[in-house]
Amino acid sequence: MTDTPLLKVSGVSKFYGSRIGCKDVNFELWPGEVLAIVGESGSGKTTLLNCLSTRLMPTAGSVEYRMRDGNFRDLYHMSEAERRFLMRTDWGFVHQNPADGLRMTVSAGANVGERLMAIGDRHYGKIRETASDWLSRVEISTDRIDDQPRAFSGGMRQRLQIARNLVTGPRLVFMDEPTGGLDVSVQARLLDLLRGLVNDLGLAAIVVTHDLAVARLLSHRMMVMKDGHVIEHGLTDRVLDDPREPYTQLFVSSILQV
Amino acid sequence: MTDLATYNFAYLDEQTKRMIRRAILKAIAIPGYQVPFASREMPMPYGWGTGGVQVTASIIGPEDVLKVIDQGADDTTNAVSIRAFFQKVANVAVTTHTSDATIIQTRHRIPEQKLGENQVLVYQVPIPEPLRFLEPRETETRKMHALEEYGLMHVKLYEDIAHNGRISKTYAYPVKVDGRYVMDPSPTPKFDNPKMHMSDALQLFGAGREKRIYAVPPYTEVVSLDFEDYPFEIQKFEQDCALCGAHGVYLDEVVLDDKGGRMFVCSDTDHCEDRREHGHVGEMLAPSKEAAE
Repeated sequence: MTDTPLLKVSGVSKFYGSRIGCKDVNFELWPGEVLAIVGESGSGKTTLLNCLSTRLMPTAGSVEYRMRDGNFRDLYHMSEAERRFLMRTDWGFVHQNPADGLRMTVSAGANVGERLMAIGDRHYGKIRETASDWLSRVEISTDRIDDQPRAFSGGMRQRLQIARNLVTGPRLVFMDEPTGGLDVSVQARLLDLLRGLVNDLGLAAIVVTHDLAVARLLSHRMMVMKDGHVIEHGLTDRVLDDPREPYTQLFVSSILQV
Repeated sequence: MTDLATYNFAYLDEQTKRMIRRAILKAIAIPGYQVPFASREMPMPYGWGTGGVQVTASIIGPEDVLKVIDQGADDTTNAVSIRAFFQKVANVAVTTHTSDATIIQTRHRIPEQKLGENQVLVYQVPIPEPLRFLEPRETETRKMHALEEYGLMHVKLYEDIAHNGRISKTYAYPVKVDGRYVMDPSPTPKFDNPKMHMSDALQLFGAGREKRIYAVPPYTEVVSLDFEDYPFEIQKFEQDCALCGAHGVYLDEVVLDDKGGRMFVCSDTDHCEDRREHGHVGEMLAPSKEAAE
């Protein structure tokens, strides 16, 4: 890890009318670091994630990102063209429901290749080669390259969505409940895969989840949210093993033990 | 006879023509950009060329000579009725000869004969948005045009190659105009795409139902999208025209009987007639050997 953070978030708030989405969130994220945002549903996790990833305009605060040239840019003072370019090259966004992040009616190969074509790749053979390489990295058999995601299982779709996001070598990936809706054994494989990829590629990631096991396995640091506020923030193992806030203690102790 | 119940020259009222001309001027100023306009109801159904008719009505003058083609032919229903319409409402001269026309309204084809600077080609366009079947949201496609995000267009071509081994799209083949906007050349066969590039004639596109006008000014770069390893190719025909023997032109297949009999004939009827007048003879019109014996 280097000395300069990748993302600086200060005072981010989002109000829906008089209701609080999230309020006064501050943190910094370093390259290669995985941050988990946990909390019960309705606690503002997804609102915060959307504010950070420019999918939703925050009411107040600033989000600064260190571009590849080393300069920090405020995401909300960039032009829309720059923001969208950033989103499809240097960033990834993994949706909870793969259908939101994939083009369901084009083949797996084209799904992975879309980002490459968007940044000007015009050689079919090379695009296909890269696509099949990425399919095998996410454990999808390469003979499925011409099949549509409709013909894939939920776990395969989610892995395809991850491949589609990582193909341009992003530095920061946002994930919204990446394992939600998958059965437990598939979840375990996906988490294993994700952990490997994040380690190998040195990705920074922000993972929103209500599943503390996911946070434990994937993340280095953790933020606990309640009613739009960040109530506890620290190293994952510290927060899970020694929760300080009463709510966090309740939250951690409510994990079902089999 | 009273003047009361007659049409204004060229059917549309003058205010409407001004509105359409403004849209046309804007379209010419931004090659390939789809300019919205307040499309009027025309006395024909959508899909029969209401956009093209409005464009033609706005630019036609009493001195103009009009030619109308449908699938390259001057004698099909659509072409005949639009030609008759302008004869009636504008009293202009009409022709079937490409070289005599000043305005050519077309559906599907660009005439085989090279067009000149004094000619305007008006296309009837059903769906002006090249990204429509890839991205159904109009707000999103407009944004994609504005920000020049055209990766999706290549996704479509990628899919073609992945499934068919080649780019199988044969008509409405997407082009990039003047290095900026991706444009749908309407349902013209890709055979005609190269004719749009650096054309001497002004090309105007009218979509009545979708309420869009776009244009390619003369001498503008029009490049068909492709991949480096799968370059753009036009259709090739093994046969010559059965009537005039023309080679390297776009041919229609005509089924002759229910025993597999067929012929290939020029889609551009004027071009074919002109060649026959000049003594060119195709396979079917040539005196057969048996008859000669």
